[in-house]
Amino acid sequence: MSILIKNGRVIDPADKIDGVLDIFIQENKISKVAKNINVSADTIIDASNKIVAPGIVDMHVHLREPGREDKETVASATAAAAKGGVTTVLAMPNTQPAMDCPKHVELLQAIISKNAKINVQICGTITAGRLGQELSDIAALKKTGVCAISDDGCSVDNDILMLGALEKASQVGLLTICHSEDKKLSGKGVINLGFNSTRLGLRGISNESEYARVKRDVDLAQKTNASVHIAHVSCCESVEIIAKAKKKGVKVTCETAPHYFSLTQDELLEYDTNMKMNPPLRSRKDLAAIKQGLRDGIIDVIASDHAPHTENEKDIEFERAEFGVVGLETELSVSITELLNEALLDWPGLIQKLCLNPARILGLDVGKLTPGIWADVMIISDQQVWVPKKQDLISKSKNSPFFGRSLKGLVDYTICNGRIVYKR
Amino acid sequence: MFWTKKDLLGLEYLTPEEIELILDTVESFKEVSTREIKKVPALRGKTTVNLFYEPSTRTRVSFEVAAKRLSADVINIATETSSVKKGETLIDTGKNIQALKADIIIMRHNCSGAANMLARALDISVVNAGDGWHEHPTQALLDIFTLKEKLGKIKGLNVAIVGDIAHSRVARSNIWGLTKLGASVTLCAPEMLLPVEIEKTGVKITSNIEEALRNADAVNVLRMQFERDEGAAFPQQLDYYKKFGITEERLAKAKKDIVVMHPGPINRGIEMSSEVADGSNSVILEQVTNGIAVRMAVLFLVSQAREAKQ
Repeated sequence: MSILIKNGRVIDPADKIDGVLDIFIQENKISKVAKNINVSADTIIDASNKIVAPGIVDMHVHLREPGREDKETVASATAAAAKGGVTTVLAMPNTQPAMDCPKHVELLQAIISKNAKINVQICGTITAGRLGQELSDIAALKKTGVCAISDDGCSVDNDILMLGALEKASQVGLLTICHSEDKKLSGKGVINLGFNSTRLGLRGISNESEYARVKRDVDLAQKTNASVHIAHVSCCESVEIIAKAKKKGVKVTCETAPHYFSLTQDELLEYDTNMKMNPPLRSRKDLAAIKQGLRDGIIDVIASDHAPHTENEKDIEFERAEFGVVGLETELSVSITELLNEALLDWPGLIQKLCLNPARILGLDVGKLTPGIWADVMIISDQQVWVPKKQDLISKSKNSPFFGRSLKGLVDYTICNGRIVYKR
Repeated sequence: MFWTKKDLLGLEYLTPEEIELILDTVESFKEVSTREIKKVPALRGKTTVNLFYEPSTRTRVSFEVAAKRLSADVINIATETSSVKKGETLIDTGKNIQALKADIIIMRHNCSGAANMLARALDISVVNAGDGWHEHPTQALLDIFTLKEKLGKIKGLNVAIVGDIAHSRVARSNIWGLTKLGASVTLCAPEMLLPVEIEKTGVKITSNIEEALRNADAVNVLRMQFERDEGAAFPQQLDYYKKFGITEERLAKAKKDIVVMHPGPINRGIEMSSEVADGSNSVILEQVTNGIAVRMAVLFLVSQAREAKQ
């Protein structure tokens, strides 16, 4: 099957392409990117006035399968991903069972090969059961095909254990992704610490609970010369610490999530549990620092931290509701709305954060349109305005913080491995 | 001006005019309790439900007396927190009560924001009888009404609030209500019991009890909840009394007519001495009496609002 995409504005930072071009996809691979390609194709897509870019590589997604199929499954999450222009996800390992050994990883791999609509990479755990007590068999995990390790949802509190993990990961060539949170400091907190936590009568989560642990993780990266990636950066001090470390040559990269550059703690004044996530929505000052960090290149990646939860777990008292929000179907639109419109990032800059940088950090040959590679492409109506509604979401869970907000940009087509996996 | 809100969730959400309207309405209901037949038909044929997820005697009884003096039918539901976890969600419980065609739910809950959530989910009225550390609006209204009755006004008064501000819904509601009506509020507490950035509400802060009392027209003394499990972040009882307890010696240095309030129940010898609790400056039992008229006014107003909307 062949696909010819005509007259779109093709953006591919890897090959420094930004112009009105055609793309020819043949035998599931990018065959040619050029002006006025005149060949016959099984499918011809007119992409005039549209953006054509590599599919998104979302390196922070909770698929919930195996174990919590009531929240989300490989099938439902990857369908939602395809709708959002995402063609590769990194599945976080906090499933039941956790991805802490080859047997569990193989179990998930079997589900993926049967049900996934897009590419799914697996993240293994750092410690057995994510309990922070003893290391997983990191070499064995690598052999099974995981492309990073993380105890996401928890930080490895024990410095010595974390040091050992970084050394081992570095040895076998795996990236370590850090959920940098000191739970001794965040405690039972449920929203950002500040005037709002005071007026709402809720326990607060300080910036320090995040940045103190970012500092530790960065220091250990420097000590071991291992590659670390800081997940879901939300506060200004974390950005500063990472900036300094990068300057010193520490092998550190980081991501933020769309809600941290679009929403603040002021969204919580009505106790909306769809605004409850960890780390929490922060202050305006933090939001500004996140945007600045994206602009300055300190923050490498935009990832959704897609965290589906059922209504039973969200439509309850705020303190008791689960942390986390869904994001696969809105991350592109929120990024376009918040980052392009304010001239913080241009199109190539945005595609770099969504596609190319995460691919490079994970060592995957995706996130670009180079001839010869598997064809992962999204076609976007970038001026289309829409307002997300609960019934629009195809994810199994509906815990989005973006309902009722006017967003810009909708995906018309998503092509993964040369096949159309989503069409609007 | 008339009442437009179906719920009373907190004083943060009210305008000064709305608070004044409640206080004016209290005046007219206060007289009812002095009659030989303490009953008016304002809520006849209406049903109020006391839904209490936290143990409470005084607030629940006060609401029950208030509703009965308005001729409402009163249902009491006492729910232990543990059974909530096992069984029905709060919203399901609320919807069932609504399906029974009750008119007003009066709820006490240990989670901040529970009343806001329930009010959003239901068409019938929700009156917040205390939610977590968030608000306890009728307590603050009765404190403010009592103050106004004693001193003739609220605007321009200096009011000290002493004790565990961080974990107190009574403190938060008083801060909103008093500042909205133009009083000057000073908080006095050990630093560990002050919530972050509370000064943004416009209050002054001191950790010196003499200083807090010096120019105060009134002092509202909060209950120290030593039963609360907040780990090490709590002062020792005796130590607290020495530094912050309201004693006759301390009152002697304050204004002669300083009004002493306490939302109850009192820990005698911890927040204040027995002499002060029972002394001539204390209005603690008047607060309890006024609480009935305040709750009658609130129940009446929210029921009116609903009728106005229909």
